Amino acid sequence: MTDLTKLTLTEARDGLKKKTFTATELTDAFIAAIEAGNGALNAYVLTTPDHARAQAKAADARLAKGEARALEGIPLGHKDLFCTNGVRTTACSKILGNFIPTYESTVGANLWNAGAVMLGKLNNDEFAMGSSNETSAFGPVVSPWRRNGSDAKLVPGGSSGGSSSAVAADLCLGATATDTGGSIRQPAALTGTVGIKPTYGRCSRWGIVAFASSLDQAGPIAKTVEDTAVMLGAMAGYDPKDSTCVDAPVPDYAAQMRQGVKGLRVGVPKEYRVEGMSKEIEALWQQGIEWLKAAGATIHEISLPHTKYALPAYYIVAPAEASSNLARYDGVRYGLRVPGKDITDMYSQTRAAGFGKEVRRRVLIGTYVLSAGYYDAYYLKAQKVRTLIKRDFDEAWNKVDVVLTPTTPSPAFAFGEKTGDPLAMYLEDIFTVTVNMAGLPGMSVPAGLSSEGTPLGLQFIGKPFDEGTLFRAGKVIEDAAGRITPPQKWWLSTSKGR
Amino acid sequence: MQVDEATVQRIARLARITVTPDEAKALEKELSGILNWVEQLSEVDTSNVEPMTRVVPIALPKRRDEITDGEIPDQVTKNAPQTEDHFFVVPKVVE
Repeated sequence: MTDLTKLTLTEARDGLKKKTFTATELTDAFIAAIEAGNGALNAYVLTTPDHARAQAKAADARLAKGEARALEGIPLGHKDLFCTNGVRTTACSKILGNFIPTYESTVGANLWNAGAVMLGKLNNDEFAMGSSNETSAFGPVVSPWRRNGSDAKLVPGGSSGGSSSAVAADLCLGATATDTGGSIRQPAALTGTVGIKPTYGRCSRWGIVAFASSLDQAGPIAKTVEDTAVMLGAMAGYDPKDSTCVDAPVPDYAAQMRQGVKGLRVGVPKEYRVEGMSKEIEALWQQGIEWLKAAGATIHEISLPHTKYALPAYYIVAPAEASSNLARYDGVRYGLRVPGKDITDMYSQTRAAGFGKEVRRRVLIGTYVLSAGYYDAYYLKAQKVRTLIKRDFDEAWNKVDVVLTPTTPSPAFAFGEKTGDPLAMYLEDIFTVTVNMAGLPGMSVPAGLSSEGTPLGLQFIGKPFDEGTLFRAGKVIEDAAGRITPPQKWWLSTSKGR
Repeated sequence: MQVDEATVQRIARLARITVTPDEAKALEKELSGILNWVEQLSEVDTSNVEPMTRVVPIALPKRRDEITDGEIPDQVTKNAPQTEDHFFVVPKVVE
């Protein structure tokens, strides 16, 4: 039989329906691939093969009866930020220790109710705070990509680095992910995969470990634009348990994707031509413009004047909300407890031992900007700037239907290259963070390779709840650029001894 | 904005995170760096701008004030480091 793990999600779904193979065979192929490859990549922090086989068996029964649902028998990886009933969930932090939820996140429940199979929990930056997956308590994830002629370990991006690495390395057909400042789109761009962060409110946040509640959204990372359209369709939907979740029907994204871009007005913001942007990113962007023109879209220069303030405003808003959300980790109700001389000492010792360096740094920044005397100068100011960032986009939508930008300022970097300087790492999110600040949908699509032989992505930004246009535009880039996959499955050969 | 060691320790106390003197030294530099960098927001005129309270203009949904969940003390206390008869046990708080 051909290697089932190489299929796209949509191809696998067709194969299951035609009974070319069973869900059990498909799931077993992925379990074997994970056993052979995860030692080198560290994409999964927990594998659940028995759970997966049971779900696959149930899927086979439904497929046999002709009662297949949207993702029947499709093996997925699940970011460890999503609570899973009876399955350890840690947000890749020591402070959650051996936390075993007694409930399922809404997005997870939606996927399993659509017939999907869970292969295991995927690595991420601790509490989703990072852009390289180097802050995980389980150690960093390795990208399946390498630079030409080098075997230096590259980062898969972050925070959804386990998701992007697993999808790019064929260790699942698709993966869940979350995005607070770029954590779906940046890892997708660095690994040649497709990732979409939907509009704030499109997916329920219930049961997802909270980082910054006004910015967090769940979305998929998968191999193709269509695969992400199918996955998002299953993940999205109204949930009364999340008061910010929008009660609106979920369209057929895959059908919208096929509508093409004839007459679509594409905006190119001049403020994204940042100083020091590499020539190849510039060239990639231009190539994207040409492809869209050739497909019938029109290109318009637009201005988003407050772009440069999005990142500093983000690094006030996100840590402020994080410091508040993470106050719950106090060693009382769940997770780690370090004894102290009194209750305050117990809290402080527990949090010092349980949180990693980057998380501590952000909680302290957040505490500072919210503390008495500084709230107006920092937090309130940042929220006002956020209003202006959103206003920039609102004005742009009078002239264009979608915005095209690069996803990242540079290709994948090696381990340790940016860990010494928090600000250098924060700059990874310079093109993605505006989208979260304005609550808009954003997608990264692979568009080419860097001179180092590693993937580069282009980003589309859409109007609120207009994910359909992102799929249409993304499809054009995908058709023109072709799928981008790692040239060699090196991670399978030396999997035993990392 | 220059953050000194005393300020680091004050924030750490507010955040309930024990910080060693060595860590405080490193944090002085890192926090100052980040706060100086966000200082650029002062260039933006926000005198007539409302702070954002929500990105999507929807009204918060309301529901009847009824009990919809509960009676699951086993589940609620299942992951706690120390419990007794469905209570969370903590070090003595009141003398």
